[in-house]
Amino acid sequence: MSELYHVSASPHVRSKVSTDKIMLCVVISLLPATVFGIYNFGVSALILTLLSIASCVLSEFLYTKLMHQKTTVKDYSAVVTGLLLALNLPATVSWWIPVLGGVFAILVCKMVFGGLGRNIMNPALGARCFLLISFTGQMTSFSSEKYAAIDAYSGATPLAYIKNGGTEYDLMSMFTGRTLGTIGETSAIALLIGAAFLLAMGVISIQIPAAYLLNFVLFLILFSGHGLDLPYLAAEVCGGGLLLGAFFMATDYVTSPITPRGRLVFGIILGLLTGIFRIYGGSAEGVSYAIIFTNLLVPLIERFTIPAAFGKSSEKKKKKGDA
Amino acid sequence: MNKYTERLYNGVIKENPTFVLLLGMCPTLATTTSASNGVGMGLSTAVVLILSNFLISLLRKIIPDGVRMPAFIVIVASFVTMVQFLLQGYVPALYDSLGIYIPLIVVNCIILGRAESYASKNPVLLSVFDGIGMGLGFTIALTAIGAVREILGAGTLFGFRILPDSYTPIAIFIMAPGAFFVLAVLTAVMNQVKINTAKKSGRSVQILDCSEMGCASCSNSACGGRVFSIGESEKNNYTEMEGKA
Repeated sequence: MSELYHVSASPHVRSKVSTDKIMLCVVISLLPATVFGIYNFGVSALILTLLSIASCVLSEFLYTKLMHQKTTVKDYSAVVTGLLLALNLPATVSWWIPVLGGVFAILVCKMVFGGLGRNIMNPALGARCFLLISFTGQMTSFSSEKYAAIDAYSGATPLAYIKNGGTEYDLMSMFTGRTLGTIGETSAIALLIGAAFLLAMGVISIQIPAAYLLNFVLFLILFSGHGLDLPYLAAEVCGGGLLLGAFFMATDYVTSPITPRGRLVFGIILGLLTGIFRIYGGSAEGVSYAIIFTNLLVPLIERFTIPAAFGKSSEKKKKKGDA
Repeated sequence: MNKYTERLYNGVIKENPTFVLLLGMCPTLATTTSASNGVGMGLSTAVVLILSNFLISLLRKIIPDGVRMPAFIVIVASFVTMVQFLLQGYVPALYDSLGIYIPLIVVNCIILGRAESYASKNPVLLSVFDGIGMGLGFTIALTAIGAVREILGAGTLFGFRILPDSYTPIAIFIMAPGAFFVLAVLTAVMNQVKINTAKKSGRSVQILDCSEMGCASCSNSACGGRVFSIGESEKNNYTEMEGKA
């Protein structure tokens, strides 16, 4: 054995978890929803998903090449962005919409801020909102030959149907996902399977989705005018992009707080905003805007929720006593 | 370059009010929904700027220092009122589309900025040329932003369709967020062009640490230390400090 002491700079203990492993976990967890989306909406959903992923990966690759930076494509984050973007699109949009969205997500929402870890909002949602504002017609028209026979749902998502005062919603089909919506949002059960996988792997923590969903439900009970109407609440939770947003997009590492208390605050603000947008807003959906807006508040939330360092809390009390 | 053409060059390129000084952002972002609106807003502001520079420079020895701001405002407001009536009388379409932003020229910070920093200290003819340069720079910038936004957001330029009918307009570009996107990209392009020409002519490009403690202590690590200044001298003392970030 060597007599020498090995001296090195910290950190001395390294986790085996790396960005690409986490991103791969997210991709795996999104597969049930993706597969169901493709089953539900047909080949066009598959093509849109592939286009979106290809567009994101290619934009990131070309950007890093052109800017003479180290290429970051291998960390799968662009794949996750592309997949999430595709899951947020209706299956009927033109082929160039996911391509344009992918370019926007990577270039404008991510790379110009300095790449992964420095983006101020979730790239996939930023791109979705960009597309939603630019091509409102295509982005909000849902149709599928499968469901044309069901009168109540033709051309309207369950959420829009409820917003317009409809009361005869089929909770079972909303839970399994045999209904209209964007590619990845329809099936609550597929999303929950993926979310359970992420929670079990320790990739995401329960604080943000729990605070988000609970506060959203609380808001609906208090302000929706329906009161404690369980079928209505279940329909609001399962319908639209709420589950997709709460488990897969609000929990994005880069754009959510790292402090435990901050995560609760983050989730509560999300629930509040989503409730306000859904009930008082013009559109039936409000998850995307709620998440990207709250993303912008994250630095502020973190600043106010920094946990006291070990041994510091007594000093604080002393100071208060002195004052 | 004599000092009159130097004023023009200064206004259009070196200290372009929009892309370099980032002044007058309110009309820049709000009125550039189309190229013709950009030209209209730019020219209206330019006219007011030239006239107010002229008058303020003329009165610079009479206006007492303590009340110079109210005096400048009165002068600018008078010219703005004239421009407003002229627009309303002769180009009512432009008047309607610019709306509240015409009276707001009174508080345009380019005009007050030039009055304060140039016209109140320099002779009349130079001040007029400064106004022409700055006004021209503002007009060109607004037209450029308006043109990009109109092409992307409506597929037209000055009202003429230039992209094929199959092109689906990206509507966000004629809304408020589009103004920010286009302004940011054009400013970045302008900066890159300036850096490249400065490097070619052998002038120094210094990457500045914007915070006192240097880039290491800065919370905005995303900038990568790309805040730069271009030296005046033609000496070959170019220093690349980008690696430091």
